[in-house]
Amino acid sequence: MSLLPHTTILEARNLTMYFGKFRALNDVSASFTAGSLTAIIGPNGAGKSTFFNLLSGAFPPSGGEIIFNGDNITGQQQYEFPRLGISKSFQITNVFKKLSVHENVRVAAQMEVSRFNFLKNAQSYPDPIAVAEELLRRVNLEKLRDRKAGDLAHGQQRALEIAMALACNPSLLLLDEPTAGMSPEETLVMMDLIRTLATERTVILVEHKMKLIMGLCQRIIVLHHGEFLAEGSPEEIQSNAEVRRVYLGQS
Amino acid sequence: MKPSPSTLANITNALARHRVLSVAIALMILPFVMPYEALAINILVFGLFAMGFNLLFGYMGMLSFGHGAFLGMGGYLTGISMVHFSLPWGVAILIGVLGAALGGLVMGFLAIRTRGIYFSMVTLALGQIIYYIFYKAESLTGGENGLRGVKVEAFSVFGFTVDFLNPVTKYYFIFLFVLAAIWFISRILNSPLGAVMEAIRENEKRAAACGFNVARTKLLVFILSAGICGLAGSLRALHLSIVPIDSLHYLQSGQAVMMSILGGMGTFFGPFIGAAVMLYLEDVITSFTTHWMLVVGLIFMFFVLFFPQGIWGSILHKLPLSKNSK
Repeated sequence: MSLLPHTTILEARNLTMYFGKFRALNDVSASFTAGSLTAIIGPNGAGKSTFFNLLSGAFPPSGGEIIFNGDNITGQQQYEFPRLGISKSFQITNVFKKLSVHENVRVAAQMEVSRFNFLKNAQSYPDPIAVAEELLRRVNLEKLRDRKAGDLAHGQQRALEIAMALACNPSLLLLDEPTAGMSPEETLVMMDLIRTLATERTVILVEHKMKLIMGLCQRIIVLHHGEFLAEGSPEEIQSNAEVRRVYLGQS
Repeated sequence: MKPSPSTLANITNALARHRVLSVAIALMILPFVMPYEALAINILVFGLFAMGFNLLFGYMGMLSFGHGAFLGMGGYLTGISMVHFSLPWGVAILIGVLGAALGGLVMGFLAIRTRGIYFSMVTLALGQIIYYIFYKAESLTGGENGLRGVKVEAFSVFGFTVDFLNPVTKYYFIFLFVLAAIWFISRILNSPLGAVMEAIRENEKRAAACGFNVARTKLLVFILSAGICGLAGSLRALHLSIVPIDSLHYLQSGQAVMMSILGGMGTFFGPFIGAAVMLYLEDVITSFTTHWMLVVGLIFMFFVLFFPQGIWGSILHKLPLSKNSK
């Protein structure tokens, strides 16, 4: 897949989100270049997760628009997002616990053959099976393919999450705290993986660990109290006085 | 000589791989191990009912309390077609199945918007509405007396005479339909949809994020489940040659829940085992006391408390089965 430089793949226009009377996100706009690796950061309650959920289609915004590859996709259902090429991993591990590791990825990969298809044997579709094998190799889970996903260690479940998110071969991959709860070793492996993934597709991630982001991303967006605060390269963000005051200064 | 673990594993895996064939062989023997054929036929019918119900309950995690309505609708629509419109039994069965599936479309459409206990309550309420509609339509359904005179005349195929007065013949006639339905269920579970169903049971949000239309999948499975339960009802009507009004009652829905849990919800054949155990116990215990439900209730509680995977589920757990051959 060739990516044209400086093409906008995703654009958030004036996104606002209310939960009841509480305004979780207020008029946030941002655009994302195809092939870029962007991090969204901010202190707790900054609206990162809300922003992430809007971009990944978990729920529609109260106001504003989401433009993907030039199309307005605001208000599309969650299940339509992967079909468009937008996929996500969850912050809290959300694997299918009673299914085997391989089945988890196979199900995620079989989107196209699944619609109302209840008479043919799943084994007669080689593509999802092959995709699953390939992705499990990528995230180093191929040896555990027949284990129940619920029996995996936390870090392995996070890796499985990523494999599932990749199963629809998305052009835009959204990762919600991909290293949450991981050991330092696991974090390093995950960072390497994210780096490779970012060479193939556009990646947006929400992350808490500042060190990880600074060494990984080309661009950072900072949210605070549900509002846009700053954006720029890691160096720019680190030297931004406003950001230091609300976020970096805390830790 | 005790078989080595690997031999046992090979046998159980082979049985699991050919699960429909295994079931077919077991059910062919069933009438000879039961005290009488009518009980065996009851087990066939309710076993299928429980398996159809389990498609929704065990594999999708949706606890419907309205599935008695589909057992009843299948029975009544088949019965009405034969008694009032003199249609042949084949057409009548088809009408029963399609009618129940249509009922499933309507009930599912209304109920899948809700989750958990609300889903159970909505299905319960809709099931009771269907009960009263059939109860009040006395001229068609016979009201509280039930619909009488659902009679299959003797006919012959390939030189065999199929006469419902012969209980063994009747058993194998109904067996063929039940087996076809069990094969159909097995196909569904082995299809891409089968995995999606379990994915939705495990995690709806994740399934949606994988690109699956959760609401539509739920509706589809609801319809399939209703149609299978409708077939069970149709066959029961032919078996009893009457459709009792209690087929539609919510107690039947409750029975499907109990059978599934007792046998092992979410396992392929567990609900059938649950149905067989319950009906057999009912038959044995009623010869001592009319309070058979008391004993069955105690056994049910024992399993829920100590073997929550159910009879079949616990057996499968102990067997050296390879992955996923439930």
